[in-house]
Amino acid sequence: MRKILLSLIIVVIAVTFLGRLSYLQIFSFSAEQVLEDPAIKAIYDYPERGYIYDRNGHLLVGNDPAYDVMVIPREVQPLDTLEFCGLLGIDKEKFVEKLRRARVYSPRLPSVLVPQLSKQDYAKLQEKMRKYKGFYIQKRSLRYYDTPSAANVLGYISEVNEGDLAVNKYYVQGELKGRTGVERFYEDLLRGRKGVQYIQKDRFNRDIGPYKNGTIDTLPEQGKQISITIDKTLQEYGELLMNGKRGGIVAIEPATGEILAMISGPTYDPALLVGRERSKNYTKLYNDTIANPTWDRSIHAQQPPGSPFKTLNALIALQEGALDESTTIQCYHGFYVGKKKRGCHCGGGLRNMNQGIYQSCNAYFAGTFRKIFEKFETTDEAMDVWEKHMKSFGLGDYLGYDLPFGQKGRIPSKEYYDKWYGDNRWSSSYIISNSIGQGEILATPVQLANMTAAIANRGHYFTPHILKKIEGKDITETKFTEAKHTTIDPKYFEPVVQGMADVYRKRGGTAYWLQIPDIEIAGKTGTAENFTKIDGVRTQLTDHSVFVAFAPVDNPKIAIAVYIENGYFGSRYAGHIATLMIEKYLKGEITRTDLEKRMLEKTLEAEYAKPYSGEEFKINERVW
Amino acid sequence: MSGRSILKRIDWLSVFIYFALVLIGWINIYSSTFIDEQSSIFDIGTRYGKQLFFIGVSLAAIVIILSLEVNFYERFSSLFYLISMVSLLGLFVFGKTIAGATSWYDLGFFNLQPSELAKVATALALAKYLSDIQTDIKRRKDQMYALLIILIPAILIIPQPDPGSALVFFALIFVIFREGLPLFYLAIIFSLILIFVITLKFGPIWLIIGLVLFIILLFGLKRKTLKIPVIPLALVSVAIILFSLSVNFVFNNVFEQRHRDRFSLWLRLEKDPNKLEQIRKTIGYNTYQSEKAIESGGFFGKGFLEGTRTKGDFVPEQDTDYIFSTVGEEWGFIGTGTVIILFTILFLRLISLAERQKNAFARMYGYGVISILLIHYFINIGMVIGILPTIGIPLPFFSYGGSGLLFFTILLFIFLKLDTNRLKESF
Repeated sequence: MRKILLSLIIVVIAVTFLGRLSYLQIFSFSAEQVLEDPAIKAIYDYPERGYIYDRNGHLLVGNDPAYDVMVIPREVQPLDTLEFCGLLGIDKEKFVEKLRRARVYSPRLPSVLVPQLSKQDYAKLQEKMRKYKGFYIQKRSLRYYDTPSAANVLGYISEVNEGDLAVNKYYVQGELKGRTGVERFYEDLLRGRKGVQYIQKDRFNRDIGPYKNGTIDTLPEQGKQISITIDKTLQEYGELLMNGKRGGIVAIEPATGEILAMISGPTYDPALLVGRERSKNYTKLYNDTIANPTWDRSIHAQQPPGSPFKTLNALIALQEGALDESTTIQCYHGFYVGKKKRGCHCGGGLRNMNQGIYQSCNAYFAGTFRKIFEKFETTDEAMDVWEKHMKSFGLGDYLGYDLPFGQKGRIPSKEYYDKWYGDNRWSSSYIISNSIGQGEILATPVQLANMTAAIANRGHYFTPHILKKIEGKDITETKFTEAKHTTIDPKYFEPVVQGMADVYRKRGGTAYWLQIPDIEIAGKTGTAENFTKIDGVRTQLTDHSVFVAFAPVDNPKIAIAVYIENGYFGSRYAGHIATLMIEKYLKGEITRTDLEKRMLEKTLEAEYAKPYSGEEFKINERVW
Repeated sequence: MSGRSILKRIDWLSVFIYFALVLIGWINIYSSTFIDEQSSIFDIGTRYGKQLFFIGVSLAAIVIILSLEVNFYERFSSLFYLISMVSLLGLFVFGKTIAGATSWYDLGFFNLQPSELAKVATALALAKYLSDIQTDIKRRKDQMYALLIILIPAILIIPQPDPGSALVFFALIFVIFREGLPLFYLAIIFSLILIFVITLKFGPIWLIIGLVLFIILLFGLKRKTLKIPVIPLALVSVAIILFSLSVNFVFNNVFEQRHRDRFSLWLRLEKDPNKLEQIRKTIGYNTYQSEKAIESGGFFGKGFLEGTRTKGDFVPEQDTDYIFSTVGEEWGFIGTGTVIILFTILFLRLISLAERQKNAFARMYGYGVISILLIHYFINIGMVIGILPTIGIPLPFFSYGGSGLLFFTILLFIFLKLDTNRLKESF
């Protein structure tokens, strides 16, 4: 016992030590500690953020140098305050106060004294800077916008916050990061990679040379120049037309899925979110919860699509053999659901598919919808088929475009109604509103545009996307370059397309007077009922004005969806805007200046003010 | 005896480990104190140059030790002891104060620390006394004499003040145990330490509850064959409770806050994690930094001369008491594990050497060597890796310091010299 006691103690000590050391060096150790090491300081070299161009090579976003006047309070020596303040363009009290604050923050570390000097002030100051010890000018780069529009698409950048830092170890305090739009989605491309230089420090925080002789330092990697699919001219024009209106416009090139324009109204000048006034402007935009300019309606506003949706019901009916294009349905200036009559504006009489579409007959499509359901033994089965077809047009789910946010919209399923009415307690009559794009269906403008592109392509679409080129090279992502086929046979599209063309071509078509000279265009109006709550009471507002269109009918170059909130008839605001946008894109100029003038000048501000007036108001006013 | 037979008989494993530890130690001193590549490693103006010089001096000492008559050490051990005690006393008059402790003689080119000499001398003297034919360790009086040999240097060193070095001498009690001091003493010491720790960590109430439960259990499991000595049990229980209560009282009323903080830190007595973190970074600054440095080394370490915290001088006294943190940072777990294993092998080897001695003096001296080296190693590394409270004593063969290296070398090699004559019962 005596003899082995000491040996035992030695072994126990060794095991304890090795246990503790493995805890410290193996289990607690993490490779990221390099950055937390107080002995190593990283100095970053920031690459310039990538430029953003439009589809035709026009600059949208670049960078502007900005000059911050910095101060290290400890190194400041007595100076001619008056002259210095004059050069900086601030008064003496402010100067003294700022200096005091900088000293409170840290006497040894640099603080910003005056942020973002103009180039002129910088030029004046630069020559005399040497006289002022403890002050220096730090150059940095700010986003510069060569367009007043597309704020919703481009997005903005801002300083990283605690949350970002916790999620992504790349960023350090004070760095900028894309918040919305392209700036966010393609952050990694645009940002590049900062270069790092590691400096070895001692415990007094003094530099004692490069860490590992600079062998692990890295050079900055430039941000990529990218081109987006937006057509700058079309985008800017669309925003002008959107003047005083709320809603969204999305234009897509059907052959590629490239988004030509993506407009949300109201919007704001992207330059507002750059520079000295940034936070003031942001607060102002953010606090406008009624008009909501920072909310991108083109991808977020889920609304009932209204009549454009009829085209899809027609396609499903053809595909399922519920009727053919010559089948007629009687319109009684409306149709009956049980004993209740629902109105129609088409004029009444026997309607076939062509008439149903171009005159937007509600009764025809209610009948069509019933016929689809009659094809199947059970409502459940019919509902499943109907839902499957609808979803193949990219409705009711995320489309998968390369923008950071968006909404799914809604295509109701049988489960949805089972929950609402109970199992087998409903039939097609209960959900007849779906036939005309009302009821439970919701879609965003980009989904409507995509649906239109699928019709224009006669049965397939390309996932809408915003990125066109990286460093001049076309994108190759199969997600965007491979066609998605709808569940409708291409042969069934022609009658529907012709019906849509007749919307413009035929007298009595809902957009007859909106045709574009020399361009054959196909479209569909929509007028969507909508409700809001005022003091808890469900109140109907003026209908939303909806329009989808593509042109030319053969070999379409553009498919567009326009959604104008409370714009009444589809042909009124949305129809105007759609035809103007198409003409602008295809011809480059507008021949119908009267139409254009009307759209540029007419606003819906008065309409939007109604629900907030606190008084009784009229909706759907005839005069405009 | 010819030089050749010495080389044949010396225990090469111990010698090899000794040189390995000295070399590793010096490499880490070099790294801790290295400033730029301009100066030569022989530059006596640098710490590593000085240490290299003392490695040379130690080599010379080894040669001298090995060539001296083997019975020289036993014969003169009383004299060495006397000289070293006088040199400790002399510090009160002629001592040089460094960092608040009057522990050195200024010899001009180097500062001599007589407490290091005293370790060797005390180990020799104790071995000599215990191996004396007249001494019977079973006798109370002889036990007291043996303890006195240990206590005198400790008492002389405490007021320097250098409680760490004083503590080292108590390790020599192991030698007395090896030679027959009843294990009962050892059991009492361990029990007292255990009660002390339990009282601080859980409070006297839990200790008493535990004790009561234990007694109930004892009576519950009572067998007819086993008689429970009721009266001694009661006495021991009362003694334990009294000790526990007095520990509690002393800790709260006699200890100063800085002592309490050290224990709070060591036993994690502070419940509030923020406050504990605060104590770690202030009171426990050295340990905090050295733990962080070791942790940052990871499994493979940062590499020679690449220890950022070492270079940045974050760990105080890194080339002396905290040298092991440099090993941890630059050589990682591989380095620290190697050092632990080398020490462990050395200790086990020395025990087996001591056990094979025919000569009682050699065996006891061997145990003295092991005890002294072991307690340094245990307290030093335990402190550096944060499992023991801060007690400033060097790591043998590693820490910067001429006296330390020289006398640890002498301590070890006297034993290795004795070992070459292990076959003779008397020299």
